[in-house]
Amino acid sequence: MTELVALVVAALGTYLWRCLGVAFSGRVNIESEFFRWIACVSYAMVAGLVVRIIVLPVGLLAQVPTPLRLLACGVALALMVWPHPRWGGLVPGLLAGSLVIALASLAL
Amino acid sequence: MTNVHWPLDSGRAAFLKGCKDALGVPAAVLFAGMMGFGALCHSVGLSAWAAAGTTIFMFALPGQVVFAEMVATGASGLVIGVAAMLTATRFMPMTLALLPQIPLNRRGRWLYGAVHFLSMTSWAIAMRDFPKLDPVHRGPYFAGLGLVCWLCSIPGTVLGYLLAGEVPLAITLALVFLNPLFFLLSFTEVRPRANRLAIGLGAAIGPLTYLAAPNASLFSAGLIGGSLAYLLNRLMRS
Repeated sequence: MTELVALVVAALGTYLWRCLGVAFSGRVNIESEFFRWIACVSYAMVAGLVVRIIVLPVGLLAQVPTPLRLLACGVALALMVWPHPRWGGLVPGLLAGSLVIALASLAL
Repeated sequence: MTNVHWPLDSGRAAFLKGCKDALGVPAAVLFAGMMGFGALCHSVGLSAWAAAGTTIFMFALPGQVVFAEMVATGASGLVIGVAAMLTATRFMPMTLALLPQIPLNRRGRWLYGAVHFLSMTSWAIAMRDFPKLDPVHRGPYFAGLGLVCWLCSIPGTVLGYLLAGEVPLAITLALVFLNPLFFLLSFTEVRPRANRLAIGLGAAIGPLTYLAAPNASLFSAGLIGGSLAYLLNRLMRS
């Protein structure tokens, strides 16, 4: 019962923000300063959330020590920005980063 | 329009292009992240239907993690729901930053449906690739992208739940880590200076506001970091 109540409230509460965004988007001019500001706010929110998940995780990831999580991010970022046609880019970065996490957690 | 890199014939072609672009790294990352979430749900004792239900009806991984953790701690349904709702605040500015890029006469009531399929993944891709598309094709492209991301997430959640306990912890942790890592890496592709500043400031402020007030942390990090970035960029422009 708790799960059902929680799910209904959480689903409606999540959709509410999406719905409000659609409702107000009709009044936003793409050339306006408000649009530039709201883009900054959304990027800051998403970045804050992602860094929080990595630095202060709740749940399973908390089992991996923070320095190793940061090491995985460092390795992945370095590969991401490396312009090598085969070993640089998104997929090598993702694979290397998750490999560091997997190896780190084998040692736990 | 200037700088349209992807000439497409029709809305249908744009929709299919969105589906196709989702079926690669984005779908794989979401599938893996949702597998990790399914495993988490199993480990905290959530029922399988609740695990799948959060993916189908919420489709917001950070809120879903909060949901699973709080069910495990025995919080009441209403408290859990409200906490999950607060983590979803980001969808309003995200939507406001994305949808105005679709011409007004191409927006309609269908967006109230399509917006449910918006995730950080599809948002990051759409924000990056909308400028490459003819504005009239952005709507169908976004719909295809979001729909496929959502469709891949549901079997991911169920599979992760079913395989929990069978899969070594190292694999589960690597899967859980893929999702935040994907966003971290995608930030390096953001070009406008104001948005780059916003990412830097949000990243610096987010953990701090989380320590101060976990539930309101996203909202405050976004407003403070985003506004500072906006002002800083204006100063640098003049």
